Amino acid sequence: MKLNNIKLGAIALLVSFSAVNCSNDDDNGPTGTNGTTEPNFTGVYAQEDQMGRPAINTVFVSMGDKDTFNVTLPSNQGAAFQTKFQTKLEALNPAHADPMYTNALGFNAEQFTGALATDVLTVSLVGTTTFFDGTNVLTGRTLADDVISTELLLIFGGPMGTDNPGLTDDNVDGNDKSFLASFPYLATPH
Amino acid sequence: MKKSKILIGAAVITMAGFFAIAADHIDAPAVAGGTSDITDIFGFQGQNNDNIVFVANVQGLISPTDTDNAAFDENVLVEFNIDNNGDAIADLVIQATPRDGKMYFFGPIAPSQPGLNSVILADTAVQNEVDITAYGASAIIETNNGMSFFAGPRDDPFYFDFFRFGDIIAGNETMFSSPGTDSFAGTNVMSIVVELPKAIVGSGDSVNIWVESKRKQ
Repeated sequence: MKLNNIKLGAIALLVSFSAVNCSNDDDNGPTGTNGTTEPNFTGVYAQEDQMGRPAINTVFVSMGDKDTFNVTLPSNQGAAFQTKFQTKLEALNPAHADPMYTNALGFNAEQFTGALATDVLTVSLVGTTTFFDGTNVLTGRTLADDVISTELLLIFGGPMGTDNPGLTDDNVDGNDKSFLASFPYLATPH
Repeated sequence: MKKSKILIGAAVITMAGFFAIAADHIDAPAVAGGTSDITDIFGFQGQNNDNIVFVANVQGLISPTDTDNAAFDENVLVEFNIDNNGDAIADLVIQATPRDGKMYFFGPIAPSQPGLNSVILADTAVQNEVDITAYGASAIIETNNGMSFFAGPRDDPFYFDFFRFGDIIAGNETMFSSPGTDSFAGTNVMSIVVELPKAIVGSGDSVNIWVESKRKQ
């Protein structure tokens, strides 16, 4: 199975490389064949925003740091922001000031913010992809995942998820439109 | 047209005192409400289990009235970054940028340089393009060499009782209400969706992804 995937991937790459070599666009028909000039893709593009996990900048980054966070490479974010995240977490849920206090993942404040400060979204290539489905944790993010309630639970809920019961769920449990089973998956616009 | 979007954004900012709580909507002053403002990213297994799907949404809180006039910005480059060896450094990027009604995609390909600035790898990367789906039209999907592409307005998949949380943080409330109210109900975003074989993005058990938006200088 895996071997086939790799082979298919290699073939796909080869095919697409050749396709690029002979034409920019091999299947858009008439639009690409009338001497259309290639759009201009030159220039330097400078970073303005970035995002990994949901709500990290909005929840854990202080007002004065929000723009800086968006232009700090993920590989540098831990060193620059872990301590600040920990301060923010302890302000949101003072019980986290005790290093023996953990959330439902078994992380104390330093461990939890150490994991969050590098703001990338881990996506499994071999199993269920979900932010949290009751069993799997942080293996991806589907459109339907209740990421806010998961994060509230991890911030406010303590080791058993039972602390601060009024703050661990926003009681909005789903999107206002159903998602599609097939590509492009997102619901049509309102 | 643009006005009601701005008003919604302003209301959100005002109510939350800019403790902006959303997935990444209006997350920071420099990008709030602008065309480079990333609202959300998603990564999940495709309908075909051999595939992975990446979604980047920009420009949140677009009202239905404004959606017909909403557009991707030709000066903004959206980059999906993929780290496939666990060091939080991008090993592959997929670049997306619109030109004249089409969204162009380059990659996945190794980035030409580390850091905050990018050039579009139009000369070296695999190129694909899809017509940007108009508001109200059926989704236009381009599938090429096992990869699928979409760009256009969609419902904002994010949901959260944002206003209530703002009240809690402001000290005006002590807990969420039940049921809560989805502050993002009825609003749209501009979506970019890519589906591709897992084997192309990494050979390990997982990848780390993040999305960057960059503006032409």
